[in-house]
Amino acid sequence: MRRLVLIAIPYLWLLALFLVPFLIVLKISLSDIALARPPYMPQLDLSAGWEGLKSFFSELDFENFVFLTTDDLYWKAYLSSLKIAVVSTFLTLLVGYPVAYAMARAPEEWRPTLLMLVILPFWTSFLIRVYSWMGILSNEGVLNQLLMWLGIIDTPLQIMNTTTAVYIGVVYTYLPFMILPIYSALEKLDGSLLEAAEDLGCSRLEAFWLVTWPLSRNGIIAGCFLVFIPTIGEFVIPSLLGGSDTLMIGKVLWEEFFSNRDWPVASAVAVVLLLILIIPIVLFQRNEQKQREAEG
Amino acid sequence: MAQTAFAPWTDPDQKPIIEFRNVTKSFGDFTAIHDLSLNIYEREFFALLGPSGCGKTTMMRMLAGFETATSGHIFLSGKDIGHVPPNQRPVNMMFQSYALFPHLSIWDNIAFGLKRESKDKNFIGDRVEEMLRLTRLTKFAKRKPHQISGGQRQRVALARSLAKAPKLLLLDEPLGALDRKLREQTQFELMDIQEKTGTTFVIVTHDQEEAMTVASRIAVMDEGNLVQVATPAQIYEAPNSVYVADFIGDVNIIEGRATQPGEKTGIAWAEGQPPILATPTKSLQAGQAVHFAIRPEKVTIDVEKPDRPNTFRGKVIDIAYLGNISTYHVELAGGQMIKAQMVNARRLANRPITWEDEVWVGFTDTAGVVLEE
Amino acid sequence: MRRFSWFNTVSLTLGFAFLYLPMVLLVFYSFNESRLVTVWAGFSTKWYGELLRDEAFLDAAWVTVKVAVFSSTLATILGTMAAYVLVRAGRFHGRTLFSGMIYAPLVMPEVITGLSLLLLFIGINLDRGVFTIVLAHTTFSMCYVSVVVSSRLTTFDRSLEEAALDLGCSPFEAFRLVTLPIIAPAVISGWLLAFTLSLDDLVIASFTTGPSATTLPIKIFSAVRLGVSPQINALSTIMIAIVTVGVITASILSKRAAVAQRRDEQAAIRAE
Repeated sequence: MRRLVLIAIPYLWLLALFLVPFLIVLKISLSDIALARPPYMPQLDLSAGWEGLKSFFSELDFENFVFLTTDDLYWKAYLSSLKIAVVSTFLTLLVGYPVAYAMARAPEEWRPTLLMLVILPFWTSFLIRVYSWMGILSNEGVLNQLLMWLGIIDTPLQIMNTTTAVYIGVVYTYLPFMILPIYSALEKLDGSLLEAAEDLGCSRLEAFWLVTWPLSRNGIIAGCFLVFIPTIGEFVIPSLLGGSDTLMIGKVLWEEFFSNRDWPVASAVAVVLLLILIIPIVLFQRNEQKQREAEG
Repeated sequence: MAQTAFAPWTDPDQKPIIEFRNVTKSFGDFTAIHDLSLNIYEREFFALLGPSGCGKTTMMRMLAGFETATSGHIFLSGKDIGHVPPNQRPVNMMFQSYALFPHLSIWDNIAFGLKRESKDKNFIGDRVEEMLRLTRLTKFAKRKPHQISGGQRQRVALARSLAKAPKLLLLDEPLGALDRKLREQTQFELMDIQEKTGTTFVIVTHDQEEAMTVASRIAVMDEGNLVQVATPAQIYEAPNSVYVADFIGDVNIIEGRATQPGEKTGIAWAEGQPPILATPTKSLQAGQAVHFAIRPEKVTIDVEKPDRPNTFRGKVIDIAYLGNISTYHVELAGGQMIKAQMVNARRLANRPITWEDEVWVGFTDTAGVVLEE
Repeated sequence: MRRFSWFNTVSLTLGFAFLYLPMVLLVFYSFNESRLVTVWAGFSTKWYGELLRDEAFLDAAWVTVKVAVFSSTLATILGTMAAYVLVRAGRFHGRTLFSGMIYAPLVMPEVITGLSLLLLFIGINLDRGVFTIVLAHTTFSMCYVSVVVSSRLTTFDRSLEEAALDLGCSPFEAFRLVTLPIIAPAVISGWLLAFTLSLDDLVIASFTTGPSATTLPIKIFSAVRLGVSPQINALSTIMIAIVTVGVITASILSKRAAVAQRRDEQAAIRAE
C-alpha cells in the first residue's frame, strides 16, 4: 500500500504535467486555427458522449503539417537549426577537447579546482552568460575596439546579429557540457596504456591517435549529443545574438505562438521538432547504455 | 638441470647484455637508486626482489626508458641507451596492470607493436598466430580484453610484449593479480616460454617464492641498494646479511658474540648456556658481535638429549600443524625463541611432542650462517 | 610528479580565459560611469543605486525567489520519491513509461515544455501567475533531482537498510533514519540544482506566466533585447557574486568535511 502511494504521487504528477500537456500539443497540432478563445477548433465536447468524440476525431487532420512543408520558412528553419547545431557542436568539440585533455593531464592536486572552474558557469545564469557577449561583439563592443586599437581593422566588424555570434554563444554556453564527459573519459584512462603504446614503438602522437582518442570516444560522443540536442531547440541565443537572417526553429515556434497566435501551427512545429530530436536522443541513450555496460 | 650448466656470470669472457654502471636516480630530494652497478647476461631470467619502495620498479622503468638516470650509464648490448626513447628501444615491458588496450581485440593487441615497425601484413599475421599458439590463446583472438579471464589477460600481455622479439623483456609483478593456484602454474609457463624463446627476462617482484621459482639469479634490493646478487640457492643457503636472511624464507636469528675464533667459532648467546658452534665464512675477532641465522627446517627437535654438540634445552610453546610439516616454537633457556620444522612423514603418527613438553633442539655446526653486523 | 606541459598550459589558459573573460568584462563595465556600456568613462556605482531604486526589478526578484524556493522544495520531494521508485521499487506496471517521463524532460527543448504546459493551463482554465510557474518549474526540475538522487542511491549499500529493518525499523523509519541521512548530500545538491534551474529559466516561465507575475529572467530578457544596458550589468554582477560566493563556500565546506573525516579515520587507525 505504502509502495503504491510512493509510486503514485510522482507518477501522477508527471502524467498530469508532462504527458497530458504533450498529448494536448499533439491534438492541437491536428486542429485548425479559429478566431475564438482558445483560438483553435474543434473543441472536445464530452457532454455529447460518443457522437461528440466521433465528430471531434473526424475534424482532426494533418493540414498544419502539410502547411509546414509548403511554406519554406519552416523547413528552412529546421535545416538551419540542424546546420547551426552541427557546426557549433563541432566547434565546441574543437575548443573543449584540448581543455578536457589538459585538465586530465594536470597534476592531481589541481584537478578539483579546475573541475570547479568548469562547473562554476553552470550555476550562473544562462541568460547573463549569453548577454555578456552582447557587450563584446557589438559594433562598439570590446572586441571591435580592441581590433581597431591594434590596427587590424579600420571599420567595426559586424559580428553581432549574425550567425557567427550564435556560434560563439553556443560554444560559450555549452562548453562545460562538452568538457565534462570528455574529461571524465580521459581521467579514467590508465596511464600505463600510453606507456605500453610507447613501449611497443609508438611515438607520442601515434599513442594519442591509437589509444587516447579511441578511448575517449564515448566521452566525445556524449559531449557532442549534450551540445547538439539542446542547441537545435535553442531560443535565447538566436534571439539575443542572432540577426533577422538567423533562422532557428525555437525562435520560429516562439514567434508563431506569441506574435502570430497561431497555436495549431506552433504545436505542429513543436511535434516535428520533437520527431527530429528523437533520433539523436535515442542514439545518445544507446551510447550511454553501451558505456554503462562496458564499465559494469 | 639446466641451471647448473647455465652460469654466464661466472665466465669472465661473457659480455653482459645489460650493464648498469654507477647509476643513481633521484626524484627531487628522494634518491630511489644509489650509485648502483649490475650486470645481467643474455638468456638470464633475472629477478629484482625487494619490498615496495626499494627501487626495483625504478630500475625496470629506466630499462624501459620511462625514467632517465640522474647520473651513471645503462648499456644494452654495449650501447649506452640513456637517451633512447622507449619507442625506439629493443626492450619490451609487460605491465603490472597488463595495460591491454580495451578497445582492441586480443589479436590487435598482440599485433599492435608489430604494426608500428612492419608493413608486411603476412609477416604480422604469422607472428601473431605464433604468439597466440605459444600462449594458448588462439581461440580467443577475436575477443576483447574484458571478455577473457585474468589468467588469459596475463598471457595476452605476455604475448604482446614478446611479439616484437625484444632483446630484453621486462616483467613488472607479472603474476601479482592472479590467485595463488594460477600463480604457481603460470610461473612454470613463464619459465617454459622464456626457455623456448631464449629471451632475456628481467622480472620485478616482491614475492620471494616467485623469485626463487623462476629466476636464474636474484638481486635483493633495499632502499635503492643491491644487498645481494646470487642464485636462489645461494641467496637461501648463504645470505650475506640479516636483511637477506630475514627477507627470504623463514629464519631464526640469534644474536651473540664470537668466542675462540678459528675455522669453527663459538658464539656466546646467553648467560650460562653452552656456546653455539658454527662455521663462519671468514675469520672473526674474539668478542665481535655477530648474528647466527638458521632456517627452521635445519633445526631438529628431540625428546631425549642427542649425543652431539649444539643441543639446547627448551620448552614447546606453540605448534603449528601445516599438513606436510609442523612448526614448533620452542623457548630456550634465557627466553630466546627458536622455530623448528619437522616433516610429517607418517600419517596420523601419535606425535610424541606436544605443548609444554621439555625438548632438546639441535643442529649441525654447518647448518647455520654467521653474519657480521 | 606530473607537471603542466606547455601544450596543456596553453589549452587551459585559453580555455579558461574564454570561459571567464566575458563575465569579467561584464562585471568591469557595471562600474562604468557612462550609459554607453563599452566606453569607459570612470568608476561609478550609480547603476547599482538605480537598480535598487527600480521597483519593477525588485518585484521581479522577489517573484523569482518565491518561485524558486517553492518549486525547488517541491521538486526535491517529488524527485527524491521518483528516484526511490526508480531504484528501489522493483518492477511495476508502467515502469518504462515512468522512467521515460523522468528522462524525457532533460532533453526536451524548453520551448516545447513551455508550450505544452501553457496549453494545459489554458485547457483547464487555470489562472496563470506564480502558481503556474511553480507547477511548471517543479515538473522539469524534479527530473534533474531524481537523476542526481538516483545516481547516489544506486551506489548505496542496500544492506544498511536491511540492517535497519533487521533491528526493528519500519520501512519508513529505515528510510528516515538510515537512507535519508546518507543520501542527504545528493538531495541537497538536487535542491540547489532545482533552485538554480528555476532562477535561470526564461523560456518556460515566459510561456506559463500571466500578466500578474514577471520573473527576473523575463525582465532581463525584455531589457536586453534591444541592446546592452548598464543596469543589467549591475544586476548580473550581483548575481554572479552571489553564485560565486555560494559555490566557493559550499566547496570549502565539503572539502573541510572530507579532510575532517580523513583525519578522524587516521586518528582511529592510530588509536588501535
